[in-house]
Amino acid sequence: MVPPGDETSGNVVLRVENLHKRYGKEEVLRGISFELRRGETKVVIGPSGTGKSTLLRCINQLSMPDAGAVWLEDVEITNRKVDINAVRQSIGFVFQDFNLFSHLTALRNVSIGLTRVKKMKKEDALEKARSELARVGLADKADAYPAELSGGQQQRVSIARALAMDPKLILFDEPTSALDPELIGEVLSVMIELARSGMTMLVVSHEMGFARAVANEIIFMEGGIILEEGSPAQLFTHSKHERTKQFLHKITELYGESGDE
Amino acid sequence: MNFFEFAWSILPRLLDGTVVTLELTAFSISLGFGLGIFLALGRVYGKPPVRIISNGYIQFFRGTPLLVQLLLIYYGLPPYLAMIGIRISPFSAAVIALGLNSAAYQAEYFRGAIQSIRMGQMMAARSMGMSKVQAIRYVILPQALRIVIPSWSNELIYGIKYSSLAYFLSLTELTFTGKKIIAKTARTFETYIIVALIYLAIVLIVSQLLRMLENRVRVPGLGEHAEHR
Repeated sequence: MVPPGDETSGNVVLRVENLHKRYGKEEVLRGISFELRRGETKVVIGPSGTGKSTLLRCINQLSMPDAGAVWLEDVEITNRKVDINAVRQSIGFVFQDFNLFSHLTALRNVSIGLTRVKKMKKEDALEKARSELARVGLADKADAYPAELSGGQQQRVSIARALAMDPKLILFDEPTSALDPELIGEVLSVMIELARSGMTMLVVSHEMGFARAVANEIIFMEGGIILEEGSPAQLFTHSKHERTKQFLHKITELYGESGDE
Repeated sequence: MNFFEFAWSILPRLLDGTVVTLELTAFSISLGFGLGIFLALGRVYGKPPVRIISNGYIQFFRGTPLLVQLLLIYYGLPPYLAMIGIRISPFSAAVIALGLNSAAYQAEYFRGAIQSIRMGQMMAARSMGMSKVQAIRYVILPQALRIVIPSWSNELIYGIKYSSLAYFLSLTELTFTGKKIIAKTARTFETYIIVALIYLAIVLIVSQLLRMLENRVRVPGLGEHAEHR
């Protein structure tokens, strides 16, 4: 199982090849291909209903793609013989509505994957969880339950929860869309820090300030395909398609430039 | 003998019966609890055949009288059990019948609680690499069991009271003990009043214990009316 590609493919963390997914009659993904190298951040944008969330879910196989392949480093994880539970440990996932475990404190939310999935000793897991909470600026909220935290704090805990597993990459599914405007900044600045520290990230988001600050590339999806991809500067100034230009203009107007520094 | 002297004189025997009632309830509710969780999980997460079996079980035990189930298991089954060399005591028969029946009701309470948990909890658990079984064990059930306590309390209270049906198997639990006392003393009204008061005392104590348990395991934001963020 050696992935196709050149000598630099050793740096490819994620390779998505010709991914297809349909729900009933609707073809949501119609052949998506791209790569993500170690330390890269790519931002996926596109109109709603265009398959962005489906793409993320097909990557970690929370939903099964109908056709195509996903490679994590040199393993084809869409191969049915691969233990998907083991694979998912190294793919972080941050949800739009956080999905922190309601019955656990912030600290235990971060440590549960370590103790139950990675079978780490409890003291070690709690110590690591504390340091991940500190990394997202929430060391003082370790004993708070999700319902006692603001949306922004919950999302930062969920990022810490993903980080604790030492993932090879983290998928973000509209991480700031469920947040009140004044809480978006705190989440984006954690994500910017993360990108700058070398984490490999695939982010579905319309926060163009974030994209301009740290994205290596913006992927514009529409109608289940990638219409255009390129660096933020490229796309903002010389996009090939009129449609890309229009869309970028619209979301910049709507979402502003929060997260930009 | 006035009422109080009479009550005092029969109390030791009634307390012996009370112990049997408590044992009967404890065993049958525990049996119902374990089986009920599996039935609920079968209904929610099972493949179609498992769902159909769980569903059929629940329909049967909720749709037929408990007394008929009790008589069926104590009088109906033994001839067949005897063929494979098993004899069944009235106590075991009562525990099994009450437990199998309670499982059906408990399963419905558990199912409601499990289904009230948002889908995202399961997805988050799976996305960090938990198997479905791990997700159920470490994420879904700890939440469902907390949420279910208030409605499950009803089932426990029914369990205490329905254990009196074991009377029909001549099991000397609280109610049948009362009946035996009446046969000797003919003081029907007083005896049954005292029996009823003992049931009431048990129910009140158990309710209070469950409220304490509920407070003890309470987690902010779980099982309370959904707060908006």
